[in-house]
Amino acid sequence: MTLKRMLENWSDLRKQDYYEDEPYMWGMSIDLNKCIGCGSCVTACYAENNLPAVGKEHYSTGHAMHWMRIERYWEEPEGEADIDIKDSDYPERGAHYTPMMCQQCNHAPCEPVCPVAATYHTPDGLNAQVYNRCVGSRYCGNNCPYKVRYFNFFDFLKDVPHPLEMQLNPDVSVRTKGVMEKCTFCVQRIRSAKDAAEDEGHRDYIEDGSFKTACQQTCPTEAIVFGNLKDEESQVKKLWASHEVELNHFEQDKSEDVRGYRVLEELNVEPCVMYLDRVRDTEA
Amino acid sequence: MSDYSMKDIEWAKINRDVLASLESPRKEFWMVLSVCVLLVLCGAAAEAYQYNEGLGVALMNRPHFWQLYISNFVFWIGMSHSGTLLSAILLLTQADWRKPIYRFAEAMTLFSILTAAIFPVIHLGRVWNMYWVLPYPNERTIWPNFRSPLLWDAAAITTYATSSVLFLYIGMIPDLAICRDNATGWRKKLYTALSIGWMGRASEWMAFRKTYVLLACFLVPLAVSVHSIVASDFAMSIMPDWHITSFPPYFVAGALYSGCAAIITLFVLLRYVFKFEEYMTTEIMDKTAKLTFAIAMVWNYLNLGEYASIWYSNDMFEKEVLLEKFFGPYHWVVWGMLICALIAPFAMAFKKVRHNMWAMFWLSLVLQLGMWLERFQIVSPPLASNHEPWTWAVVWPGTVQLTITAASFGWFTMLFLIFCKVFPSVSMYEVKEMVFHRRKASSRTDMEDLSKVKDEMIKTEEGLS
Repeated sequence: MTLKRMLENWSDLRKQDYYEDEPYMWGMSIDLNKCIGCGSCVTACYAENNLPAVGKEHYSTGHAMHWMRIERYWEEPEGEADIDIKDSDYPERGAHYTPMMCQQCNHAPCEPVCPVAATYHTPDGLNAQVYNRCVGSRYCGNNCPYKVRYFNFFDFLKDVPHPLEMQLNPDVSVRTKGVMEKCTFCVQRIRSAKDAAEDEGHRDYIEDGSFKTACQQTCPTEAIVFGNLKDEESQVKKLWASHEVELNHFEQDKSEDVRGYRVLEELNVEPCVMYLDRVRDTEA
Repeated sequence: MSDYSMKDIEWAKINRDVLASLESPRKEFWMVLSVCVLLVLCGAAAEAYQYNEGLGVALMNRPHFWQLYISNFVFWIGMSHSGTLLSAILLLTQADWRKPIYRFAEAMTLFSILTAAIFPVIHLGRVWNMYWVLPYPNERTIWPNFRSPLLWDAAAITTYATSSVLFLYIGMIPDLAICRDNATGWRKKLYTALSIGWMGRASEWMAFRKTYVLLACFLVPLAVSVHSIVASDFAMSIMPDWHITSFPPYFVAGALYSGCAAIITLFVLLRYVFKFEEYMTTEIMDKTAKLTFAIAMVWNYLNLGEYASIWYSNDMFEKEVLLEKFFGPYHWVVWGMLICALIAPFAMAFKKVRHNMWAMFWLSLVLQLGMWLERFQIVSPPLASNHEPWTWAVVWPGTVQLTITAASFGWFTMLFLIFCKVFPSVSMYEVKEMVFHRRKASSRTDMEDLSKVKDEMIKTEEGLS
């Protein structure tokens, strides 16, 4: 953007909700009641997005590249039903799984800190990462409260033995060492769906469910729902509305029977992923 | 004025002594220099390895995206601040005890910036693209991101490095002319080129004085802004225990503190290696120590104030990090810092310590160790216990990072020693000025002699023009 153009459009650029009139805002809903922690979403993501399987050694030194990860938290016992657990050899009540990936924040803390503007916000609400522009200062990774940005500490995909390179997805670029990467909400699928819709003649409408992200497609319990939050008829919008979660809106007091929340929303980063809390009966 | 023991030094002796430092250092000089060169070579090898393999060999990982490189960067940038303080602020406040020691403090400023500037570069994932951070004109009209503190860093460091070079160089011109008049061979050529035809005319001195004071006025706010920007790298993020409003003044105080400690270290070393006992007196050390003590107390206050504000804010994440700092896996770093940088400076409250050169030498090393640990505990513990508990991990810097850290000390010392061998590390003309003012105060007769000299100078100038 030249300085002249910037000054001419100053009032537009200073607008509060710059992408308000855009037809798309991609969002997700993850039902933790349905998640069984099987990890198939993780596998699907590896296959779809050309993620390197780094091996045991690199995994243990913290160099894993799983854009989608299953966080496992052990729950402390509480309530009447857990009395036996307290004395047993297994002091936990069980595991709690949270699939965690880039939350595509609308006020993304990773975006303003990048010195070369390699990460920016697309008009359809994605937090995009331009691999070619990244110089690897890793400031975005530090500033991400979810720690879902993954840095190529090595050239993992440099020496893929033949014919394994044939299994790489041709729609997704292969990243080299020294660049940051993260979940893109399967942007390649979004783009091809947009292209298909344009071929059919509608520029600003994609039918809900006409495409799925890799993790959503693979989830056996259909815990993951993905779609356009600006489409009033989409499944994800209905879920968000029924659980009283909306963008640019942070409310502490919700009705008792809704389970929707966004992770760390008190940081005011406006994530686009809604989680539905897991419900357990601790009294029975 | 009576507390200075150097008032009897003859002018010619000043020239002789300082110029001797360019010729005949003790043999320890060469020993230290070769060790430094060796360290630099080790660091270069480590960097080549890291460049080829990827940053993973430095044992950084997620969430430890930053580690020693960044804490070293803050450490060296911090060290560069005291040179400016000693030179510029004390020049503007007309504290004349700065005169024998300001030259090497300025050189220290320059070389610690040069050391600091290495770290953000080797820390990058794709070093070969580092120039993208600068707003250079390009065919795609792509700008860097002006909102990023890293971009401010790049701008601030380049500005600061340029101005420090100018300040050091301009302050050195009259001395370079003295060197030129006494040198032979390649040194003659070098000093002739650098002294840009300095003749010592009154008009030259006037222009020189104005430029020097102007640069000093420019450098003082610049130094404060540079370290505030470095602090913004942390304060502008949303990480718990990085996102702290008081970081800019805290960083500036810490910078001056570690820089003053470094000045004391180099003070004692130069005094010993180059036999400058008559110029760098215990009285000057006493004043430097008092200044360091005052700055240490400011730093202490801001440090404890930071703890208090976190504690009373009762923010879940910040409190967690604070507790992890004191009792978590990095606790010895934090306690080490508190002992070395918070408690140790109280030794300077005693005159006996302040007047003992070698006691001050070891104390200054302890203070610097404390400040180095402080930078490490700013960077690492908040990353280890961040917002997302699933990613919590403790990582210690590996061999590559430690080698490059050691190499940075070697690099700094190497540059500094070479500087001292090539350029006069004590300002001859300012020391003469100091002696002149002493004489003016002590006896009238000397004054008359000097005014004769002054008259002659003016006559010569009239003849020349």
